[in-house]
Amino acid sequence: MARTGRKILQSIIESIKDLLPIIIVVGFFQIFVIQKPLDDLLLILEGLLLIILGLTFFVFGLKIGFFPAGENLAYNFVERASLSWLLIFGFALGFGVTIAEPDLIVISAEVAKAIQESQIIDSTDEARKSFQNMFRSIIAFCVGISVILGVLKILKNWSTHSIIIILYLLVILLTPLAPEYIIGIAYDSGGVTTSAITVPLIVAIGVGLASSIRGRNPLVDGFGLIAIASVVPIIGILIFGIFL
Amino acid sequence: MSEIIKIAHDMLISIAPVVGIIFFFQFVILKKSFPDNKKIFIGIVSVWIGLTLFVIGLEQTLFPIGKLMAYELTSKEFISSHVFPWSEYFWIYLFAILIGISTTLAEPSLLAVSIKAEESSGGFVKSWPLRIAVAIGVGLGLLVGVIRIIYGLPILYFFVTGYLIIIILVYLSPKEIIPLAFDSGGVTTSTVTVPLIAALGIGLSYSIDGKDILVDGFGLIAFASLFPIIAVMGYIQIVKIINKISK
Repeated sequence: MARTGRKILQSIIESIKDLLPIIIVVGFFQIFVIQKPLDDLLLILEGLLLIILGLTFFVFGLKIGFFPAGENLAYNFVERASLSWLLIFGFALGFGVTIAEPDLIVISAEVAKAIQESQIIDSTDEARKSFQNMFRSIIAFCVGISVILGVLKILKNWSTHSIIIILYLLVILLTPLAPEYIIGIAYDSGGVTTSAITVPLIVAIGVGLASSIRGRNPLVDGFGLIAIASVVPIIGILIFGIFL
Repeated sequence: MSEIIKIAHDMLISIAPVVGIIFFFQFVILKKSFPDNKKIFIGIVSVWIGLTLFVIGLEQTLFPIGKLMAYELTSKEFISSHVFPWSEYFWIYLFAILIGISTTLAEPSLLAVSIKAEESSGGFVKSWPLRIAVAIGVGLGLLVGVIRIIYGLPILYFFVTGYLIIIILVYLSPKEIIPLAFDSGGVTTSTVTVPLIAALGIGLSYSIDGKDILVDGFGLIAFASLFPIIAVMGYIQIVKIINKISK
């Protein structure tokens, strides 16, 4: 019991350590640059407490739930040697998680609004909604493809950097062909696909696969999936922009 | 109260498909149960509670203050209140670097990757230094991204240069670390960082004349994912040099 108590205390201290830099930076700017008093100190303290508690719960849950579940699933797939199911699983995971991502819903709405204000699409609600759904589906599809590519990379022992360099070349080649307004959006769309829920699971599956296949090193072969998932959507949106 | 329910609901919606897919493949396709079903379940619920509390806390503190700060620093009044011409954007630059570093250190996705990296490297990669390297990368990336917005330079130049640097570093770095370095770039921009970066970019493109939000306001997140890759590979180079000297 005392050990559990100490562990909890330790992880709370970890969370405070994670949060401290933000408090210092925001405090510094508030006091020395903006020089306006904060409205409600009590509310802020309460918020900070929630953040610390939240991080502690999150890390605890990762360690006992998400990581073992992802790794276990990877072991079982390798044991059963069912490549096609593994790839279907990879695609379903990438697509399903991304399409439901609240961050992406917000961002795709903002993008659709900005696109509409620039009169690139019709000013009707329908046109905006359909653009928004299209945008989300393309990104989700690209993340699904990325997970497939990442799983194949581990199975076939492809090197991560060759895949990424090829993807970078595609980005560079497609950028000059795409309309200017889509470029910033496309480049940013790579970064929004990696949420706090997707990342732990994808990493756990990558590391799980790499550790259950003989001759693979979890550090060398298990990582790289997220990197792929943050470049492929750029390519997807650039192509979408070219045909828009 | 309704705000809390909304956040809990949002989080549930983003966790549900993940859990649904895992359970479907585990129980229906593979027809097996987890070694410890109860533990997995507790873990998933705990991630849900944790992220909900985390986001509620952020919405109550960091997001309003940080967004307000980004808008104030980029407001025309603030920018034009400076005596020296070179100093007009000084505080924005400093803010971009520091907010990039500090928010990245609290980013849950990066935390997840660094825990797994420490585990699977047998302690060769340490969680804190890795996260600090990534954080410095995000800070520098935001700085360069903000400079790009202010001077209105095309994004492609920066990315071609950035990609070239990465390709060169790939050949200089130890093979084991490369996939991890690439992943570090992808995870940096998530729950904590994105809302603040977006406020900074959009605030900037509003307050500087002749800026188009579509062309200039977006793109900051991309910079914040490119530079950490360089920073992590650079960090490994430094570790190698230190090891050499100490031998």
